[in-house]
Amino acid sequence: MQSSLRKVFRTFVCPTRGFKSSPASCHDSLFVHRDSKEDNLDVNFEFTPENRKRADAIISIYPEGHQRAAVIPLLDLAQRQYGWLPISAMHHVADLLNMPKMRVYEVATFYTMFIRKPIGKFHVQVCTTTPCWLRGSDEIVDCIRKKIGADVGGTSKDGLFTLSEVECLGACVNAPMVQINDDYYEDLTVQDTEEILDDLKNGKKPRAGPRSGRYAAEPAGGLTSLTGEPTGPGFKVRPDL
Amino acid sequence: MALSSLGRAVLGKGQFGFIVAPAVNTCQTVCNYSTPPPTPPLKDKYGPLSDEDRIFTNLYGRHDWRLKGALKRGDWYKTKEIILRGPDYILNEVKTSGLRGRGGAGFPSGMKWSFMNKPSDGRPKYLVVNADEGEPGTCKDREIMRHDPHKLIEGCLVAGRAMGARAAYIYIRGEFYNEASNLQVAIMEAYQAGLIGKNACGSGYDFDVFVHRGAGAYICGEETALIESIEGKQGKPRLKPPFPADIGVFGCPTTVANVETVAVSPTICRRGGEWFLGLGRPRNSGTKLFNISGHVNNPCTVEEEMSIPLKELIQRHAGDVTGGWDNLLAIIPGGSSTPLIPKSVCEDVLMDFDGLIAAQTSLGTAAIIVMNKQTDIVKAIARLIMFYKHESCGQCTPCREGINWMNKIIYRMVDGNAQPAEIDMLWELSKQIEGHTICALGDGAAWPVQGLIRHFRPELEARMKKFHEAHGAEKVAASN
Repeated sequence: MQSSLRKVFRTFVCPTRGFKSSPASCHDSLFVHRDSKEDNLDVNFEFTPENRKRADAIISIYPEGHQRAAVIPLLDLAQRQYGWLPISAMHHVADLLNMPKMRVYEVATFYTMFIRKPIGKFHVQVCTTTPCWLRGSDEIVDCIRKKIGADVGGTSKDGLFTLSEVECLGACVNAPMVQINDDYYEDLTVQDTEEILDDLKNGKKPRAGPRSGRYAAEPAGGLTSLTGEPTGPGFKVRPDL
Repeated sequence: MALSSLGRAVLGKGQFGFIVAPAVNTCQTVCNYSTPPPTPPLKDKYGPLSDEDRIFTNLYGRHDWRLKGALKRGDWYKTKEIILRGPDYILNEVKTSGLRGRGGAGFPSGMKWSFMNKPSDGRPKYLVVNADEGEPGTCKDREIMRHDPHKLIEGCLVAGRAMGARAAYIYIRGEFYNEASNLQVAIMEAYQAGLIGKNACGSGYDFDVFVHRGAGAYICGEETALIESIEGKQGKPRLKPPFPADIGVFGCPTTVANVETVAVSPTICRRGGEWFLGLGRPRNSGTKLFNISGHVNNPCTVEEEMSIPLKELIQRHAGDVTGGWDNLLAIIPGGSSTPLIPKSVCEDVLMDFDGLIAAQTSLGTAAIIVMNKQTDIVKAIARLIMFYKHESCGQCTPCREGINWMNKIIYRMVDGNAQPAEIDMLWELSKQIEGHTICALGDGAAWPVQGLIRHFRPELEARMKKFHEAHGAEKVAASN
């Protein structure tokens, strides 16, 4: 009874615009920590002895009293050791640098290279920013998506590949390109991409770099500059030096 | 898009009373010389550069990048003599050369470096090299670091001596793992050869070079954000003043300089500032690494003389636009932050700071993104706005919220799902972001949108008309 009255009221008496809200905007990844099976305070993390040595070497390059500057390299080191960055690794780094845990969380959530959830063995990052997009990065993304059977942000069933779409990776003249773990694979076609993924799946390491046959960023059609041998020491040096 | 509509775009500019890019104003105030710049002899033709005048002789990695190869190519030659001549000599040469920062703003390097030469108050000084190269279109520093790292290290020593710096931190973006490892190997070689470290090059000057890897944040390319990031904090830009030359990294006087700026300084000191000044137009002297990406037959990185005509640069080195020069639609001349220019402007524009400012855009990092007539130009710009939305650090409200709004509006415009009045709204929005933020990221996000509206308004309107015809008025999103 009451609801039908309200309906009548809405229709005839007060035909106002309905209240509309836009969806809450959120970032690609969750900023807060949620305990999970893989990521909780009981996960044990400590640097291996070799990494401990590396950590000390990293800390030593910063001036006395500014050891916390090493937090980004150390988090990176921890991530390399563990595969991704669990909260206990952040705590370990905080203890090591004697800084508040919150300051480490801030850094770990700000930078996109810190992965705070389990990830596949190969992290396939496709650049889709304009210079790569102009040269067909959409097809590369589609190809990888089909090939690994997972969507952007997802991991393949065998746990080998995680696909991410990333912003400019700084190899624009070699577009389109993907970064798989630390290596850049450039000048890709769909076929090249399939080959690379197949090789990785079969335990082979494909050669990094451009796939079009060029060595680096030179024009593919033949050199237009730097054709001769480079000049030696003393060339064109002012006489009074 | 047909030429006729480009003509309309020019008309439209007058009709709506758009003012010229304010980018221009900001840049000009920054770039004003306090002393009149030295004037080189005027030439009537700029470029192509001869191989003899090229600084980065191993740009393509065809030769050995390690110390042995670098020595063979003339790096570290008479560095000791340069260091022994002292800061005044180096600063004078760099000032004479007219070198302007290669990272985008184009501030005169000699002047910037001389800000560090105040009487010491006991704090150490630092040189920070900005190798956080993330501007879409830009990939020049990468080539330096992986193929000519010794040029950069020698540059650190020379620039560091000019400032009286104790050490240099090279902040390299985290994704460049292999580049950072090349650089680290080169630094170890230089230490072992006594070129840096205690008594660098036997000159009695102590100087260290360290590599600091970032972790994936475009904003860390902004100098104060970079300083924050080195200190182990979130990369959020600081307010200026205090300028880094007063309070920079670890609270000490600091100068942040681009990789290319630092790497060319030893060659300038060796060959003399006059040589560098003789290349390019007055106020825009020297050589520059250009990245040509997008719709060209042979995308490449190339070192060329400043002030080379854009058309010649693309046709000579990149094998022309895909589908021929007449198939060109527009070019983004200096990395994603700079407004695009349509083909009519590209015909005769000169690639230098002043030439591009006159064309209502900017040289930026000299990363040329070419788009031919098959490009969905609105989507290309929309993708850039998405980039800025993703990379905004979130400190300033106009940038954090405004870019998100621009992103939403412009993605509707890709389909044409918008009202024509929203074009002006978008313009206004971009104006509200620009200049109202701590750092220039907001400006960099606003300018591509402004460039698009300035030159492609008819294209946007045509899309809306098409969409309205196809879907009727009721499906169109409300404009308010």
